[in-house]
Amino acid sequence: MSTHKITTQKVNFKVFRFNASEDYLPYYEDYNMDVTSEEVVLDVLNRIKWDHDGSFSYRRSCRHGICGACAIKVNGRSTLACKERMNDMIELFGNELTLEPLSIKRAVKDLIIDKGDFWEKHDAIHPYLISDVDEHPEHEHLVTPEEAERLLEADLCIQCGACHYACPVVEINEDFFGPAAFAKAYRFEADIRDDALDKRLLHLHEEKQGLWDCVKCFECAEVCPKDVNPIDKITKLHQMLFKEGIATSNVATRHAVGFKHSIARNGILDEGGLVLYSEGLGIVKHVPVALKMFVKGKIVPPWALTKSKNLDEIKKLVKSSSTAKF
Amino acid sequence: MKKLKYALFTGCTAKQSTPEQYMSTFAVAEKLGIELIELVEASCCGASHLQDYDDFLSLVLNARNIAYAEKHGLTMVTICNTCQLNTAMTKHRLDNEHGLKEKVNAKLKEIGLEYKGTSNIIHFLYAIIDDIGLDKIKEMVVTPLSQFNIAPFYGCHNIRPSELQNESHKKAENPYNPTSLDDLIKACGGVSVDYKEKNKCCGFHVELQAPRTASILTGNAIAGAMDGNADWMVTPCPLCHLKLDTQTHHASVAIGREVKLPVLHMQQMLGLALGCSHEQLGLKHHLTKVDFI
Repeated sequence: MSTHKITTQKVNFKVFRFNASEDYLPYYEDYNMDVTSEEVVLDVLNRIKWDHDGSFSYRRSCRHGICGACAIKVNGRSTLACKERMNDMIELFGNELTLEPLSIKRAVKDLIIDKGDFWEKHDAIHPYLISDVDEHPEHEHLVTPEEAERLLEADLCIQCGACHYACPVVEINEDFFGPAAFAKAYRFEADIRDDALDKRLLHLHEEKQGLWDCVKCFECAEVCPKDVNPIDKITKLHQMLFKEGIATSNVATRHAVGFKHSIARNGILDEGGLVLYSEGLGIVKHVPVALKMFVKGKIVPPWALTKSKNLDEIKKLVKSSSTAKF
Repeated sequence: MKKLKYALFTGCTAKQSTPEQYMSTFAVAEKLGIELIELVEASCCGASHLQDYDDFLSLVLNARNIAYAEKHGLTMVTICNTCQLNTAMTKHRLDNEHGLKEKVNAKLKEIGLEYKGTSNIIHFLYAIIDDIGLDKIKEMVVTPLSQFNIAPFYGCHNIRPSELQNESHKKAENPYNPTSLDDLIKACGGVSVDYKEKNKCCGFHVELQAPRTASILTGNAIAGAMDGNADWMVTPCPLCHLKLDTQTHHASVAIGREVKLPVLHMQQMLGLALGCSHEQLGLKHHLTKVDFI
């Protein structure tokens, strides 16, 4: 017999309520409940529906962290309701918890959202193996464990949308593919059976509001219930663009490469030189702010730049350790 | 008590576009009795952009920076969130990814250095809280900032990914409910403002390639602080500072609302409370005038 003791805590839930076909505005309903240390967030959603209000709506299915249906936000944090322990949420946020849909502006009924934008982005990256398959194969297409490891567990994604609706860029720019779609793109790019390599990457690269608009905030890595670490996959896709020779010259690619040139020259950055390298003639738009910064002593002229000490070591390392070309 | 001594990785920004941060770091360290050995040999950390181009080169360069801190036998202190991220991430990977340390050390050997993994890497904010303590700081305050509502702006790379937090300092910060900067504001006698954007992104890293996205994020941050009745903002990151201090025009246009607040580096706030002079703190280097004192 387990000696584990079940404890109970009082929690006040503020729950987002909205019915798009009836309500003009959403509202929040309060539920004071005793929560036991055994429960996950989904248990609480179930109890609200079963014990308090049968009309309360949310998505649920497998309750095993596989189907990805039950992702919601608790105090603004995306979370998979069937996996997240209530005790951890209480420890994180205290005894006042707000339950909301992943995206308030996409709410349809209570915690249910229209996830159409998520699936559109998902479709746009061709989320399937593209391969010229021999109609009469003579043997299986074997994948070695090492080759499988290249996916870096991107295949664990359950499309719950937790990262997509935690991404600040998705919130602002509706054309942005979002972390889940990019992680999925990586999953197929890294698969040795896939032949679409160039095509898919080219597509990602050409999309104006695509791959290079990630703000590097790590919100996606933090919320993912399956530890897919989407931002790591976005970085890997950036590296692939250079490696496959697909990267073309634009502000973002020049910016990445410009760091190497600046480091090779000075060790520490030449900030002005970097912006000039990245922007080219586009630097003109930065002149008004730059002038103000110059007046305030925030811009060091090229001849007065400090260089790192032992710069020869840095130059040597840049030469010997560079692995990418542009 | 033994005098605290750290190896300081200034990063590039403090040497160029935020000179006030460089000055105030040393001014505050002196007041707190901390000795800082500046790592003048250090190169840029790659700022998460070199990492998009050449992962291995960025690892080697960051390992070299850390090796210099190890040579001094000191903890490396960073004053930029992105330097903290890239340096701590390098350490994390060299210490955990099979065979990586050996590969990187083969390169460092060419210049007579070696990465051992003996130095901790910690942002100045957390070094102060861990090694000096908020109670001690409170005792040292000579000019309490009690008349000010101060909005903390944490900056992404100090709080996410949280696994790096767990490795670098004693009481890991919760990225959804961070408290360190709020606690420091209170220790300085100020009132900390709670607002939704305090742990959100400022947009700095896409300022060149996605200026609209960057400006909206900056605008939302300042607007959130203003709506929380903040008198000014404070941040531990010079990159966030650049966005919030110098890009107010673009931010205002992007969100359709005039936004502007003085923004202090965390060192400047601490310096004010500890009695450093305005000259020492470089308050005249701001674009958004520091007009409250």
